This record gives sequence, structure tokens and C-alpha cells, in this order.
Amino acid sequence: MLQFLARRILIAIPTVILISVFVFALQKLLPGDPVLAMAGEERDPEVIAYLREKYRLNDPVPVQYLTWIRGVLTGDLGMSLRTNQPVLVLIGQKLPVTIQLAVMAMIFALVIGIPAGILSAVKKGTVTDYAANVVALSGLSVPNFWLGIMLILLVSVRWQLLPASGYVPLSEDPVRSIETMLMPAFVLGTALAATLMRHTRSAMLGVLTSDYVRTARAKGLAERKVILKHALRNALTPIVTLTALLFGELIAGAVLTEQIFTIPGFGKLVVDAVFNRDYAVVQGIVLCTAVGFIVMNIIADALYFVLNPRLRKQ
Amino acid sequence: MAHVSDPATADPVLSAKPENRVWKKFRSHRSAMLGGAIVTFFVLGALLAPVLPIADPIATDWGAVRQAPSAAHPLGTDEIGRDVLSRLIWGAQASLLAGVVSVVIAVAAGVPLGILAGYFGGWTDAVISRCTEALLAAPFLILAIALAAFLGPSLTNAMIAIGLSATPIFIRLTRGQVISVKAEDYVDGARAIGLSTPRILTRYIFPNVLPPVLVQATLTIATAIIAEASLSFLGLGQQPPAPSWGSMLNVAKNFLGQAPWMALWPGIAIFLVVLGFNLLGDGLRDALDPREH
Amino acid sequence: MIARTTMIAALLATTAMAAGAQELRIGLQDDADVLDPDQSRTFVGRIVYTSLCDKLVDISPQLDIVPQLATDWSWSEDGIELTMQLREGATFHDGTPFNAEAVVANIDRSQNLEESRRKSELTSVASVEAVDEHTVRFTLTQPDATLLSQLADRAGMMISPTAAEEMGVDFGNNPVCSGPYQFGERVQQDRIVLNKFDDYWNADAYAFETVTFLPIPDTTVRFANLRSGDLDMVERLAATDLAAAREAEGVEVATATSLGYQGMTINVGNGERAANPLGENAAVRRALSMAIDRNALNQVVFEGAFAPGNQPFPPDSPWYDQDHPIPERDVEAARALLEEAGFSDGVTIEVQVANNPVQMQVMQVIQAMTAEAGINIELQAKEFATLLADQTAGAYQASQVGWSGRVDPDGNLHQFVTTEGGINDSKFSDPEVDRLLDEARVSNDQATRKESYDAARDILNEELPIVYLYHPVWIWAYDDAIDGFTAYPDGMIRLEGVTMSE
Repeated sequence: MLQFLARRILIAIPTVILISVFVFALQKLLPGDPVLAMAGEERDPEVIAYLREKYRLNDPVPVQYLTWIRGVLTGDLGMSLRTNQPVLVLIGQKLPVTIQLAVMAMIFALVIGIPAGILSAVKKGTVTDYAANVVALSGLSVPNFWLGIMLILLVSVRWQLLPASGYVPLSEDPVRSIETMLMPAFVLGTALAATLMRHTRSAMLGVLTSDYVRTARAKGLAERKVILKHALRNALTPIVTLTALLFGELIAGAVLTEQIFTIPGFGKLVVDAVFNRDYAVVQGIVLCTAVGFIVMNIIADALYFVLNPRLRKQ
Repeated sequence: MAHVSDPATADPVLSAKPENRVWKKFRSHRSAMLGGAIVTFFVLGALLAPVLPIADPIATDWGAVRQAPSAAHPLGTDEIGRDVLSRLIWGAQASLLAGVVSVVIAVAAGVPLGILAGYFGGWTDAVISRCTEALLAAPFLILAIALAAFLGPSLTNAMIAIGLSATPIFIRLTRGQVISVKAEDYVDGARAIGLSTPRILTRYIFPNVLPPVLVQATLTIATAIIAEASLSFLGLGQQPPAPSWGSMLNVAKNFLGQAPWMALWPGIAIFLVVLGFNLLGDGLRDALDPREH
Repeated sequence: MIARTTMIAALLATTAMAAGAQELRIGLQDDADVLDPDQSRTFVGRIVYTSLCDKLVDISPQLDIVPQLATDWSWSEDGIELTMQLREGATFHDGTPFNAEAVVANIDRSQNLEESRRKSELTSVASVEAVDEHTVRFTLTQPDATLLSQLADRAGMMISPTAAEEMGVDFGNNPVCSGPYQFGERVQQDRIVLNKFDDYWNADAYAFETVTFLPIPDTTVRFANLRSGDLDMVERLAATDLAAAREAEGVEVATATSLGYQGMTINVGNGERAANPLGENAAVRRALSMAIDRNALNQVVFEGAFAPGNQPFPPDSPWYDQDHPIPERDVEAARALLEEAGFSDGVTIEVQVANNPVQMQVMQVIQAMTAEAGINIELQAKEFATLLADQTAGAYQASQVGWSGRVDPDGNLHQFVTTEGGINDSKFSDPEVDRLLDEARVSNDQATRKESYDAARDILNEELPIVYLYHPVWIWAYDDAIDGFTAYPDGMIRLEGVTMSE
């Protein structure tokens, strides 16, 4: 197990280095000058020249990269050009927001996706199964941002039930915090619920036809007990790993959702940073998300390892 | 959601099977046929847009700005008095084109690289695989946004950005497929009798790689259409006055209160066409899957 | 699903009501940048400063200069010396007393901090000295009519010299000024919280205990939040929401024509790209201007709420030149002009525009209008960052941009059209215009200045390096429980005397 983990982490190192190169190169390719973009309508050439020098934008690109990487290794992700705040502080501010959104979306997805998947597998071939499938596919097919707009239109503008945007930290007012996140979490959760449902269904189908479920049935156990106790437990292994994987994607999927509901999280930060050419922020965030994604992958593998007795024996 | 491949696609499709059986299975798949019908409907709409008796999609009418649906404008008019129905139909061209072209780019770049990595292994594989992993770890949409911003806002550039962002999926899929086929006895046999590498690739490897790639491509078209709409929604895709569903939504979100129809229809169109491709992809997968459920 | 959400919402609604009326929540269109008056550059940043940082002088809604930290001032005969009497009893939020030394330190920082963006606003200031504890004297290199209006904005904002010394370039992370509110906390893209400063010299005039600024870029969402009661006030309501806001129950609206403008900046001499019919030929530019129906544009895009315009100042400004009224659209005359200039088959021009829906809409309407006169516009949508970079570099033919506007007319004109102007992206150059606009800077007499501006307008209207289109109108919408709000043409939100009934 430890050996396995060590190997996974070792392989991840060149990947992370490559990501940093990609992100950096992409940033340098972006047209537009960060200092100029930042200057907005007031462009004092003297100040612009000074800031270019200060942020070392006149250095050759490889030198800039090395400077940045040296900072990253010592825990310094640089400064936001726009607000003069350290990128690490920004990430520290934004990450909890997006994690809260992701967790709530995941709860939506699990609560809807897994029962729907079980139901659909148990009632395979019936109208219920068929309907559940169509609903799941619809969840996958609906554009997130449009769903968000429609919800704002109905729930906030027409019925005035929930705030259209705004964010209250969990620590400040938990009830209100959850309230403001309900719609975005639901929007973000729909596609996940669909993915989970489809995987649960296929895992359950595999297990339901297996020998030991047949044995359990033969022993005369109640069908309900067979499904929930024997089948589900075994089907859950791939689903747990999948959930870990999806969590990484959820953070990325938050980009547009946060944009629509103006939630001050990771996604909104990175889109604004791309548009403002706030290099350090984009680099820092993409690096963090990528590392997070890889960590989630490793966790998923480890979980698979732990949950799967056959693999453990080897 | 494209990174997590569905369980069935990961399975190797073994030796060739009678094609008519696949077709039969596909045809009996009711939802797949529905998907096909939806896609055909939109393709027809996009192709026939120039000859359909609809208004000019870029003709403005300042006397009829943001008009509610009426006999003259069945789906209403937009912010400068253009016919929403007509823009919706013409917009199908942008969406379908974006979906198909970006996937063609992704397949054209991803499949050869995947075959290279899978067949030759070693350093080639290591380099390609690490790059693929790195690209997969960067969030798809953020990658596409950054690429589209770099290339400049336009439909063509959005397609390139989406295509490049989707490439790693095809590299990984093809590579996995090639590795499992390579281990088959008949490939060893072919090598033993001295068949050249290009012959082996074209005769044995490629045909086996094709079916899962086809399934993934169909599903990725769906993802790509949403991605194009998302980029256009952020102002990075198709540029006015030419219509695209995403950019229609981008404008529409400013008029939710006064002109909800502007936001309603493009969203429904995206939803339907994406649903169509997803149904089609599901059906294809079931039909090509050697296992029986 | 929605039913469940509804239920939860209903349960939660009661707790939400408990928030006190002592807090004022204002929705802003953007997030402010760094909160350091010397480094700051955004419009919303200035809105925050209005409550956070007092200035030497302020403006009235009629744009007269009125006292703030300076209670009185006088010019020397030759216009070289400005002597200011300072308010006694004013202190900075950290307890540092406000006095003449503080002013000297502030002007020095604005002029000499490397990152300062105020340098060009204070170029005429040669030195500042403290005459006594509460008197300060500015000595200028030459008479400067614009100085007082600069001191009524960020260049005149006073920050605590103690804090400035201590924090240096990072002052913006914890700004210490002398305004009615002091800095509380800031979460990027989320909120800026200010708390009442009890030792403010005029504290009684400020009713709210805290003021929270929330950046919400989407105008629809901002308005929805106002209607749902999550915000008390929003700035820059969309013109297209104005009618709905006027009808909405419990919502009050205030408007003021802004000091700024939107127009098309034309590349007449900025590199090779200026070599095109539009850049080379003033007649083509006049034809372009003539083909645009500015009233119709305003009706279609802004439901008539904005102010059509053809000069850097809005038509109701005292600086507006009445001899050049907004031209009526005349397609025939535009065609004739083109023909005369040798383009009887029409011309095709590229116009770059920021890829946001409103500006795209403006340009699409103009595109349709000018096409009828034989001017085919090809739109190039760019991100704002790219648009600005290309404009500076001369990589454009025409560019749809605007200017947020300044109190003094000089700020709307001089830097755009004089040969050495800092933001002269057209690279327009005319010695007579240079002379007239330089002259208008030095005189303190409004009539003399107006004469110079009018004379420059005669030339600029023929040459048209910038084709002006319209002047945005600031639209605030707020809870009708709010009383005493005054709309200012600079778009700021001044909270003096503003109250909210329970």
C-alpha cells in the first residue's frame, strides 16, 4: 500500500512540473499587457514602465518562470497585480467558499443520484428505469449557466424566494450562508447527480447478477435486505472512488456557476484574473486546482485499493 | 464531466463482429433512435436555414426591440429588433459546427498521439502520458477560456480552444485501447510473420481503436457544444451580429425581467441538441458493447 | 425539488429579517482595486473613498468646488500660489492629527511614490509648505486652473502620514484616512466593510453604523438583490431596467448625467494602421458622424435614458459649445461627403469594441445605421485588456471606447487630442488645438477658458479624431426607506445626511 502510494506520488511530480510550464507559457502567450490592462483608462507611461520593471515583466520568459517557481517552492505564489494582495492570501479567502459550494453540490448529487441509480437498477427495463435514465441524461445535457439563469429568473425575480446572489460566510450566519448557496449548489449538482446515477445503476446491475446476491436470495432473505445490505455495499466501491474523482471536477465546474451567481470563489477569481491579465493569480489558481485534482486522483486510487479486498491481498 | 469515462467505454472491444448485428442492436435502441432524430432535426434546420421562409437573422428593426412573441415573430425579437426564431435556426450552424469541428480537431490530434504512446511505449509513452495527465489536471473550461482569450474572441478560435482542451481525453482513451489490443495473440502472430508496423497499425490496431473513439466522440460533441455556448456566454465565442446560442444567452441575461423569451429558447435549443448527442452516444455504446446487459 | 427549496426558504426568511437598519448595503458594479488613493484607478474605488477618505475640497452637484478638509482658499494675483486654510479638529482614523504637515506629506507621496498614479494630476505643483499648523501653501510652476478639481478627487485625498510611512506601498491592505467611515474588512470580489468613525468632525451627519459595499457585476442580479431587500442601494442600474425600477414598489430612483462620454476613437496617425480612408480623410469621419442617429441609438439601446452627445461635455454642461449642436442624421449628406472624398462605392472600416453585451449592442446599431450611408463597419470584438493594448500600440482603425469624465473640462479633452497628450491614442496633432487647450489650462476665468474650448471645438469638429456618441447617465436605485440621497454628476455616493427609516 505505502509502496503503491509512493509510486503514485513520484509519477505525479513530473506532471505537476509540466502543468506549471503549461500554465506559465499560456499566460505569456495571452495578448494584452497586464500592467496596461490594470492601468485602465489612466495610463501614465512612467508608472507603467516602473511597474513592468517591478514585476519583472521585462525579463526573458525562462527567467520569469524560474523566478516564479523559486517563489512557489518557498510558499510564495506572488502578488495579485490588481489588488497588491498575495496570491496565497487570495486563495485562502476563496477556497473555503468554493469548497462549501462543492460540498453542498455533492450532497445534492449523492442524495439524488444514488437512490435514483439503485431504483433504476432494481427496476431495470421498467418505465421507472427508462424515466430515470431520461432525467439523468437531461441533467447531463442542460447547460449549467442556463439552468442558473432560469432559476434566478423564477426563484429570485418572479417568486422572490431566494437571493439571486451574494455570499455569507458559514461562520458568520450559517443559515443564511446555506440559503444563498442552495441554488448554485443545485445547479452544480445536477450534472453530477446524473453521472452518479448512471454509474450507480451500472455497478448495481453488475452486482445484482453476481453469485453471492443470488445465494443471498436463495437463502430467502428479504429483497430489500438483499439490495441494501449485500448488493449496495459491493456496488459502492466504484462509486466512492468516482465521488473522490468528481470532487476534483466539481471545483473546476464551479467556474461558470460562480460567475452566474456572483459567488466570490475560485472560479470567479480565475475568470476575472484571465480577463484582467492578472498573471500571478491565474498561475496560482490553476496550479492549486491541478495539484488538488491529482491529490484527489491518488486518494481515489487509494480508496479503491482499501475498499477492494482482492487488490489488497495481492 | 468529460474526464471520467463511463465504465463501458473502458472495456476493450475485441475482434470484429458482424456489422449488421451492431446496426440491428442500435436500431432497436429506442432512445438512441430518438437521439438520432433530434440531431437530424437540428442538422436539417442548420442546413436549410438559407432556404427556410424565415426573417433575416441580422436584420435590425428599431421599431420592434424586445417584442414579445407574436404572429410576425413567433419567438419574439431581441435587443435590437432581430427575429429570435431566425437567429435560433441560424445559430444551430454555429453550435453544430463548434461541436463537430472541435471534436474532429481533438480526434485528429489525440488518436495518433494515443496510438504512438500505446504502441511504442517507453519514452514516447512517458512523455505523451505525462503531458496528457498535466492537461487533464488543468480544469477543462479554464483551459478553454485561457486558450480562447489567447487566440482572441471568435467562433473559429473557440473551436480550436475546445478541440485542444478535449484532445487529452482521446489520447488517454486510444492509448489504453492500443495497449490492450497489442497484448492479443493475433497481433503477436502478425508481428511474428514479419508484418510491418504501419500494416499492423492500420490492419489490427486502428479498427479496434475506432469503436470506443466513435462513442467518445459522439459524447464529446455534446460536451463541446456546451463548451462553445459557455465561451460565447463569456463573450469569447461567436461574435455578433452572427448568431450563436451562447452569445444570445449572454445578451439575454441582461433582460431577464423584460424579455425572458430571449433567454428561454436558446437554452432549450442547447439542451435538446446536447441531449440528442448524449442519447446517440449511449445508443452507440450499447450497440458496440460486446457484453450483453 | 423546487418545492423543497421553497419550504426551506420560507423557514429562513424570518431570520433574514432580523438584520438591523444601522447597516447600509450598497451593490457596486465591480470590485474596487487596491484601496490606496495614490495607486487606485477604478471608478468603484472612488465610490468607496467617498466614505473612507476625505479630500481637501469637494464638489457640489453643480460642480462648484466646496470646502471639505480645507475650509477656505485663495489664489495669489499671478495664479502661482494657492493658500489653503485647513479644518481644525480633524483627525485620521489612527488618531494622527490632520494638519499642514500631513498635507505636505500627502502631496509628496502622490508625487514621488514610484507606484503613484497621481503624478500627472499634480505636475503643476512645484512645492508645498506648511505655513502654520493649519495653513498650507502650494507653489506652482505655472498657473493651473485644473488644480482645485484635482484636489477634489484622489490627488486631494488625505491619508494618515503615520500609516503611509509604516505600510508604504502596501497601504491599500489597511487604508487609514480621515473620512466619516474607517476601514473594517475586505474580502476580494465579495465585500468591503466600513465602520463609522466616531471622532469624525461631522460625525452627527452620518446615520449608518456600517457601510458594506458588495461588488455584483451583473446588473440584473444587482437589481434583483435590491428588490429582494438584500441590498439597500445599487449604483449603475441598467438603463433598460429604469422603467421597471420606477414601477417597482418600495424602490426609489435617482439619476444624474455623468461627466464622461462614450465615443469612437479614430486612429489618424498612430502607426501604419492609420493609413485607411477613415484615418486619412476627415470627410469620411464627418460622413460617419453624420450617418449616426444619436437619438435613435439612445432610444434603442438605453430606452432614452442616456444623453446623446457630440462633444466631450454633455449638452447641459456650461462648457458645451452651442454652435455645434448634435447633428441630425443625414444619410444623403453623408453619401455626398463620401463621394466628394472619392469613395462613391462606399468604404469599409474596422472598428474594435469591448466584448460586453451593451457596447456590442451600441456598435451593432451603429453598424446598421452607417451601412445605409455606404460605410460598412466590420466589428472586431476584443477583451477590454486586448482592446486597450491594441489601441495604445496603434493596432486598430477605430475603437469604441469611453471616458469616465472629470470635473474640470480639461480632464475630458487635453490628454486625448493634444500632441503630447498622455492618452492620445489617435495620435491627432494640430498646433492650434495644442495652443488653445494649453491656454485654457492656465486661466482661472471661466469665460476666457470657454472661448478657448469653443475655438478648439471648431477645429476638432472638422477633424473628428474622436466621434462622440452619448453620455451615460448614472442611475441609482434604492430602498424608499432611504432619505436625503443626492445624485452627483461624478457618480459618487455621498452619505452625509442620508438616513433610513425603520
